[in-house]
Amino acid sequence: MQLLFKRAYNFLLREIIVGHLLTLKYMFKKKYTINYPFEKGPISPRFRGEHALRRYPNGEERCIACKLCEAVCPAQAITIEAEERADGSRRTTRYDIDMLKCIYCGLCQEACPVDAIVEGPNFEFSCETREELYYNKEKLLANGDRFEYALQKNIEKDVSYR
Amino acid sequence: MEEFVKHFNEIILPAICSNFWVVLPIIGNILLIILPLLLGVAYLTLFERKVIGAMQLRKGPNVVGWFGILQPLADGLKLMLKEAILPSKANKTLFLLAPIITFVLALIGWAVIPFSENFVIADLNVGVTYLLATSSLGVYGIIIAGWASNSKYAFLGAIRSSAQMISYEVSIGLIIISVVMCAGSLNLSKIVLAQKDMWYVIPMFPMFILFFISALAETNRHPFDLPEAESELVAGYNVEYSSMPFAMFFLGEYANMILISAFASVLFLGGWLPICDNSFCNAIPGFIWLCSKILFLLFCFIWVRATLPRYRYDQLMRLGWKVFLPLSLAWVVGTASFIVFVK
Repeated sequence: MQLLFKRAYNFLLREIIVGHLLTLKYMFKKKYTINYPFEKGPISPRFRGEHALRRYPNGEERCIACKLCEAVCPAQAITIEAEERADGSRRTTRYDIDMLKCIYCGLCQEACPVDAIVEGPNFEFSCETREELYYNKEKLLANGDRFEYALQKNIEKDVSYR
Repeated sequence: MEEFVKHFNEIILPAICSNFWVVLPIIGNILLIILPLLLGVAYLTLFERKVIGAMQLRKGPNVVGWFGILQPLADGLKLMLKEAILPSKANKTLFLLAPIITFVLALIGWAVIPFSENFVIADLNVGVTYLLATSSLGVYGIIIAGWASNSKYAFLGAIRSSAQMISYEVSIGLIIISVVMCAGSLNLSKIVLAQKDMWYVIPMFPMFILFFISALAETNRHPFDLPEAESELVAGYNVEYSSMPFAMFFLGEYANMILISAFASVLFLGGWLPICDNSFCNAIPGFIWLCSKILFLLFCFIWVRATLPRYRYDQLMRLGWKVFLPLSLAWVVGTASFIVFVK
């Protein structure tokens, strides 16, 4: 008897009809699509995107060339050269990040004692040649100037967890 | 070749010229069907992407034009600009002939589809047989493509496809026989007119479902898209094709879908007949009724694709030979005895 019911079930295509009604119901549901280049999803304050070198509000660069980031970098993507500046402070003469080597682990910003090197919210920096991804000090400082507001907000939001 | 040119110049050309005013309206009629059909094929791809997208909670293409309305043009342009690759070991003539065969056979079936009581290109008395014949020929395009490509995947896809189409053609043929017995004619217009009182979908609902499922297999659509099972065969018989030859296969497949939907609406859903016999429904022209029925069936095609996973090959064969064939055969016998003994 049970077998008969099962056969009847199969012949009436019950499961298949139920499945079709489900897809039909889904057709009228709200869509989850984000129209990417025009709309963007939310990003966490801890998001690790493109690097930036920050400055103090008076315009002085934060980096003191302690080379902790260079030492901690697991991909060895950071190269730093430092000299004493005319006013006696220790500053970098060269601060390069090879963005092709970088694995975006965020250890450099963890290591930095003065919050100079940070990873910002920008993840749209694709380009057409490899050379464009060898970032130097000017590029990183420019990034810092560009994203300073967002970077500062992100650090403020995250500070209570540290 | 020279003889052909001579023959053409001396016999065919004068024949066309002297009967120009007879030929012109026929060509006009053909264009009247082919051009909207090609446009329909193009927009069916967009329709499919939109519907499947909606069922998967996506939006589908919506960047090219308003709501992605120009997407088919962009796709077509892209395919046209691609390089047409000829594999070095392929049989060149057959390789290029196959997509043309598929495409042309998908189009010539439309000659017998009646769009309204007096608009049909060829009012054949054997319309059903003609349609069956052209749809069976369609398998040649695929076999030739698989053979001429000289590639394992393409060949396996072609073999699968032909086996599948042949086995489902048997049950389609039997289903059509029971419809034809009820209508008493092989002429598609007469079949439609015979449904004036009641569409055949009501008394023959199980057969309509069987016909629809067989049509899925016949057009190599999901869940029976084994010839081009991506996960097993890369792309099946059209794996070596690119650019316009590929586009022809694609268009042919979708044109076949529209054709078999039109066939199903003529056989079961009353063709151009309105849904109920009142003055409002009768005021809407017949071809709009036909087109809406075709559109409904096409939606079902896409709906099935969005819902069901692919069948295994032995399941497909079991379904065709062990379930559909006995069922449709029993229905034929039942209909025949009903007509003989009750009417």
